[in-house]
Amino acid sequence: MGEFNVHRVRFFDYMPSAIRALAFQPQRERIAVARTDGTVEIFNRADCFFQEKVIPGRQQAATEALAWVGDRLFSAGLNGEIIEYDLDNNKTKYTIDAYGGPIWSITSNKQGTHLAVGCEDGTVKLFEVHEDRIQFERNLAKQKGRIISLSWHPSGSKIVAGMMDVIHIFDTETGQSVQRLLVDRGVGTSRSQECVVWSVVYLSDGTIISGDSAGKVKMWDSRTGTLIKSHQVTKWDVLTLSVSQDETSLAVGTSEGHVVQFQFLSMVLGQEDKEWVRTRTFKNHTHDVRAVLEVNTAIVSGGMDTQFVVRPLLDKIDERGQASALRNIQFPHRRLVSCARKAGLLLFQYPGHLELWSVLTVKRKPEKLLHLKIKGEEHICCSAVSPCGGWIAYSTVASFRLYRLHCENNNVSIIKVSKLPKVLSSANQICFSSDSSHLFVASTCSSVHVAILNQSGCKFVCTLKPKSGERFYLVGNDMQRVIYCFRMFQPHCTVPVHSSGVSAMAIHPTTNNLFMVHADQQLTEYSVEKKQYTDWSRQVQRHGLHSLWLERDTPVTNVTFNPKNPAHIVLHDMYMFCIIDQTLVITRLPNTRSQFYNQLTLRSMPEKERKKHSHAFKMCKIFKELLFVELMEDQSLVVVERPLMDITAQLPAPVRQKKFAT
Amino acid sequence: MAALYESYTLCALADTGPEGTRAIEPDRDRDRVVITESGRAVTVYKVSDQKPLGSWTVKQGQCITSPAVYNPPTKEYVVVTDEKVVRVWKDEDISIEKAFKATVSAEVYRLHSVPDREPLVLFRHGAVRFLDSLLAAPQQTIEEVLSEEEVIRWSAAVQMEQQLVLLFSTEQRGQHCLYVQRFSPNALVKHRLETDSTNSTPLSYAATYRDGNIHLLYLFSSGSVYESVLQARPTVPAVSGTVQALPRSLLLKLPVGEGELTAASALPVDESHIAVVGVPHPLAGAGKDYLCLWNTHFQTLQAARELAGKIYGQLWCFSGKLFVPHGKILSVIPFECQKSSLAAAMGKLKQTSGTNGITLSVWSCIDTRRHNNDNTLIIQLKMSTRNQSSCPTAEQLAEKIKVGSEKEVQKQVEEFLHGSQPEELQLTAGRLASALVMRCQADPTFYPQAAFTQLVQTNYLCHSGCPDLLVLTLEKNDFRLCQLCLQLFQDIPEAVTCCCLKTILSFQDSELEQVDLEDGLLFMKALTQTAEVSDDGDSGQHNGFSREPLALDMSCPVGLHKGALLNEVLQVPYSDSLLLPHLKDLNVPQVLLFLQYLRFLYLKYSQDAHSRIPALRKPTVTQIMDWVCLLLDAHFTVLALTPEAKSLLTSLHKFVRSQVKLYSELGKIEGSLEALKKSKQSREIGQYSIEVIELF
Repeated sequence: MGEFNVHRVRFFDYMPSAIRALAFQPQRERIAVARTDGTVEIFNRADCFFQEKVIPGRQQAATEALAWVGDRLFSAGLNGEIIEYDLDNNKTKYTIDAYGGPIWSITSNKQGTHLAVGCEDGTVKLFEVHEDRIQFERNLAKQKGRIISLSWHPSGSKIVAGMMDVIHIFDTETGQSVQRLLVDRGVGTSRSQECVVWSVVYLSDGTIISGDSAGKVKMWDSRTGTLIKSHQVTKWDVLTLSVSQDETSLAVGTSEGHVVQFQFLSMVLGQEDKEWVRTRTFKNHTHDVRAVLEVNTAIVSGGMDTQFVVRPLLDKIDERGQASALRNIQFPHRRLVSCARKAGLLLFQYPGHLELWSVLTVKRKPEKLLHLKIKGEEHICCSAVSPCGGWIAYSTVASFRLYRLHCENNNVSIIKVSKLPKVLSSANQICFSSDSSHLFVASTCSSVHVAILNQSGCKFVCTLKPKSGERFYLVGNDMQRVIYCFRMFQPHCTVPVHSSGVSAMAIHPTTNNLFMVHADQQLTEYSVEKKQYTDWSRQVQRHGLHSLWLERDTPVTNVTFNPKNPAHIVLHDMYMFCIIDQTLVITRLPNTRSQFYNQLTLRSMPEKERKKHSHAFKMCKIFKELLFVELMEDQSLVVVERPLMDITAQLPAPVRQKKFAT
Repeated sequence: MAALYESYTLCALADTGPEGTRAIEPDRDRDRVVITESGRAVTVYKVSDQKPLGSWTVKQGQCITSPAVYNPPTKEYVVVTDEKVVRVWKDEDISIEKAFKATVSAEVYRLHSVPDREPLVLFRHGAVRFLDSLLAAPQQTIEEVLSEEEVIRWSAAVQMEQQLVLLFSTEQRGQHCLYVQRFSPNALVKHRLETDSTNSTPLSYAATYRDGNIHLLYLFSSGSVYESVLQARPTVPAVSGTVQALPRSLLLKLPVGEGELTAASALPVDESHIAVVGVPHPLAGAGKDYLCLWNTHFQTLQAARELAGKIYGQLWCFSGKLFVPHGKILSVIPFECQKSSLAAAMGKLKQTSGTNGITLSVWSCIDTRRHNNDNTLIIQLKMSTRNQSSCPTAEQLAEKIKVGSEKEVQKQVEEFLHGSQPEELQLTAGRLASALVMRCQADPTFYPQAAFTQLVQTNYLCHSGCPDLLVLTLEKNDFRLCQLCLQLFQDIPEAVTCCCLKTILSFQDSELEQVDLEDGLLFMKALTQTAEVSDDGDSGQHNGFSREPLALDMSCPVGLHKGALLNEVLQVPYSDSLLLPHLKDLNVPQVLLFLQYLRFLYLKYSQDAHSRIPALRKPTVTQIMDWVCLLLDAHFTVLALTPEAKSLLTSLHKFVRSQVKLYSELGKIEGSLEALKKSKQSREIGQYSIEVIELF
C-alpha cells in the first residue's frame, strides 16, 4: 500500500455544547436531544443511535425541556417561548410566547391532546394541540414560586408540579391544587437553601416520585399526600428522573455524574407487595447529568460533559450485538470540516463562524487565512469549500451565502457573491462539483438546486425534484431512505432501500460507482451505469463483514477515493481510518478466523509473506478522536483530530472529583 | 510529648535590687535577649553563646523602675528610671547618661515593646501612650484612669494580625480586675476577675494570641490554672457602669502540697502545654522548686526539672527556650513540645490489641493523681452504695494494706476485685496498687505477687497510676509480672523501658529459665524450631530463588526466656527522641547481645518464619528495625571501637548492603516498568505535526 505523509491537525477547537434535555418517541424510536446552544438533534434508536437530523441552534437560545406529541416535537426554554420543530426541513416551524416568564418545563399528556408548561411566575399553562398549531387553553391555579418540573398522570386528569420546597398536584378539570406535598430541605448548610424539586414523575398507580436538590428521591402517595419512602441518592442534587414505559424501572441522574437505577420489585419472592429498590449505579459522566431516559433496554443520559451515553441494561438483552454495547456519542455524525483537495485548504465550521486554514505546505506552518463571522443569531447548519479553493458557501436556517475566495501567497481576499438566485435561501447540504464549476444545494422539500459558478457569479440552472444533475450528483434523503441518482440533470435511477441510514457516501470519479456506508456499518457499492449493485458489493454481502468491523460504535462520516489508485477507498470514523483495497477483496476478505487489525503483524513480517496475510481492510488506529480524514491530490493525508482531553479541559469544574481511594 | 533538655546558665543574678524590675525582653533577633537586673543594669545577651554583647548601668542613686525594652523600628533601647525619666539609647552608645532623656509628667508603670511598632507606655494610673507621641510632648498631661487605691499588678501587650491590645490587671482591696485597652479606636474594657473559692490570689498571668483570640492564662495561689478567652474584636460594646466577670475555664488543677503557693508562675508554651515554675512535683513531696511541663489536654505531667536555690516565681519563654531565675543564676532550658495527640502522648507503636485499654488507662491515671491531691474522690467512694456488704471499701482496703500480712492482703484484694464494679475499679485500681507498692518498698519481705497480677490483669492499671510497680518487679526479679506490665501498660516512660531492658539483658539465661512466660515463650520456641525445620526440610526454592546465601549463623544468641522478655520490650510504645538518651545507659556487652538478638530476629523474619507461627503478640519487622537503628545511633562510636563488635557490625552492614542493593534493583525495575507504561501513552504532540505512516 505504501507510505503516506500525514498532516496531523489539532487546531480545530470544536467544542460541543452541553446536553440539556432528552425526549423519547416510543413509536418511531426517536430520541430528541436539546443542547444548551439551542441545537436539537434526533437520534434513531433502532438504527444504532444514528444522528439523523440536526436542527441548528441560535444564540441566546435557552432550551430547557423537550416534549413529543405524537410525531411532533416541541421545546420550551428560559426565553419564555414554546417552539415546534419542522422535522422534515430541519428548522423551527413556529414560535409562540407563553407569557409566563421563563419556562422551566414542558410535558404532554399521554393522549397527545394537551401540552402543559411550567413558568417562572408560578402558573402551569395548558395548551391544546391542534393539527397545525397549539392553542392556549387556560392556567391552572397560580402558585407562589416557579414551576420547575411537571408530570401528567397517565389518565390525563391530574398533573403534578415540582416547585421550591413544595410539590403541588392539580386537577386538570377544575384547575385547582388538590394536594400540597412539603419537601424537606437538606441538612447542614443546605438547610437555609430552598429545596428545588428538579424532577417529578406521576405513575399510573398514583405514586409520585420526586428528585430534589437535597439529593433525595422520594416516593409519595398522591391520594393521601404522604411520603412513602425517601432515598438519599447523592450529597448533591438529583437533577432528573425518567421512568420506563412499563413503570417498573426508574433512572435518576445526579449532579455528581452518576445515573442510579431504581426498580419496582417485590421484596419477598412470589409476593405481590412491591417496592422501589435502588439497584444499580452507572458512572459514565464526569459532570451534571441533566437529562436521562429509560428506553426499554438501555438508559440514555446526557449532561454538562456534552456526552450522549447509552448504557444498555444487560438483564434485558439476550444476545451480544449492537444493542448490548455501551455507546458514548461525543462527535456529531456529520462533517464539520470540508477540504479543498487541490488548494490544500481546510474549512472548519463552528456554530458562529467559519475558519479557513492552509495546510499542505510542508515548508510553512499551517496558518489561519480567514475567520468568517456570520451575521444574525442563527447558527451555521452546513458549509463547504470548493475543491479548487475558490469558493466558500455556508448556510444557516435563514440565509445562504456564497463567497469568492482569492488566495495568492499571503494575500487573502474574499468577496461576497451578491446576486444569488432566489431559490437559494437555505440549505441542508452544500456540495461543489469536483471541477468546481457547479454548486449543489440540498434544500427543503427534498429538492436540490443546481447553479453554475463562473467568474461573474452564480447562475441558477435547475431544481432537481425527487420525481424529476451535473453528472452523478446525489443527495441522500435519510428520512425516506430513498436515494435518487441524477444524470445530466435528469433523474437516472433509484438506489434500492437499505434498512439502515446512510452515514456517508460518494461517487467514484472514474468508475461512477456510488459507495455508501450505512449506520449499521454495512458497505454497499452501486453501479450507476448498470443500475445495480457491483460485484464487489455482492461479494461483500455474501461473505459478510468481519465482526470487529461491525462492532465499531461510531459511524463512518466520510468516504473519499484515492485519485491515483481507483481501487482504494478511504473511510474514517471517530477512532480509526481505513483504506479498502478493492483489488484484494476477491481473494481475501477478512473472515472471523483471520486477524482483522493486522497492520502491526504485517509490519513485523518479511515482505514476501505480507501478501499472504494482508486483506482488503487497511485499518489504522494511530489517530484517535478523528473529525475528518481526507486524501489530498498529492497523496498526503490530512487528519483532523480533536482530543477529548482538550474538550474536557474546557468544561467547568465538576462538583465532585474522584480522588484516589475515596 | 514534651521534654526539657539540658539547661545552661546564662548569667549570674545580683542579690540587690527589687525583684519586680527583673525582666527579660526579646531583642532584635531570636538569639538575643535584653535582661534588666538589680534595678541598675541593662545587659544584652547572646543566648546560644551565653555571653553579654553590651551592658549599661545607670548612675548611683538612680533606679530603673521599668525594664528596658528594644524598640524595633528605631533600633533603640528604652528604659524608665526613677519612674518618670524615659531614656533612649542605641547599641553604639557607651553610657546611658549621655543618651537622650525626657522627663514625663506622670509615673510610668511599664514599657511594652511590640514587634514592628512603637513601644507602648503604661502609666501607673492606667493611661496608655505610644512612645513616639509621648516623647514628642513629654510634659503632656496624663489622665488618671484608675482610682488611687487601684494598683497595677501585671501588664502585657498582645500583637494580633492588625490590631494591638494592651492587657493589664489591677488589685484593689483584694478585688482583681482586668483591663483590656484596644487602639484605633481607643477603647478600654474592664472585666472583673473572679477569685477562687478560697481566698487565693492570682499569682501570675500570661496572654497569648492564638486562632484569632487572646488566651489569658492565670495561676491562682490555690494551684488552679484558669484560661479566659478574649475575642480579638469585642462583639458587643461594653456597657459602662457594669463590670462583668470574665468567663473562665479551669484548665488544670496543680498540686500545691502544704499551704498555698507563694511564688509561682505559669506560662503557655504551645496550644496544649504549659510550663509551671514554683509548684511542687506531684510525686516528690512538698518541695516547690520544680519546673514542670504539663499537658493541658490530657492533664498529664510531661517533664519536670528540679531547680536549685530560691525560686522567684518568674518564667519567660523565647524561641523554644525557657528562662528561669533561681538561686543566684538565670538558667536557660531548651524544651520541645510535640504536637499533642493521644497517639503522641502514648508514644510510637501503640498496640492494636489494647485500644480499649488505652483510653481507660489515661483516665485512671488522672483520677488517681487527683485522688492523691484532694480527698473528694474518697468521699465519693464512701458514698457509693455497695452491693456486697462483706466486700471492703477501697478506703478500708488501703488501710489494711498498710498493716495486714501478705496472705490477708492477698485475700482482701481478691475479694475486692471480685466485688467491685468496673467503674469503681477504674478509679481505685491505681490507688490500691500504689498502696501495695509503698508497703513493699517499706517492707522488703512483703510482696503479694498474686495481688499485683490480679490488679494488672484488670486492665485498669497503667504506669502513671503506680509508677513504681514496674521498677519493683525488676527489684524483686518478678519477670512474669514484669512481662504482664510491659504487655498491658501503654504509658511506660522510655527511661523505665530502658531500665527493664538493662535488667533483662544483664540476667543470666539460667536464672530466667524458671519463669513461666506463656505465650511469649511459645513464640520463641516456635521461632527457633522453624529454623531447624526449614534448614533441612523444605529449604527448597521459592519462585526459583534459593535462600542459601542467607543461612548465616542462625542459633539464637539468648535463651528462650530472655528472648521472650526482650520481645515484650520491643513492643512497648516509645518515642525515638526520648528513648535515645536512655539507651546510652546500656553497656557494651549488653548492646552487643541485644544487637545479636535483633539480628537473629531480623534474619528469622526475612525468612518469613514468623508468619507461620501463630502467636498473639510478636514484634513486627518495623519494630525490630527501629530498635536496631536506635541502638546503633546510641552506641555507634563505642561499637566501632570495640573489637568484639566488629564481626557483628560487618554482618549487619553486609546485610543492609544487600538489602539496599535489592531495593535499588527493585527501583530500577519500577522505573523501567514505568517507562514501559509511558511509552504506551501517546506522546505529547502539538497542534500540528507531519508524520509518515506506512500501511501494508
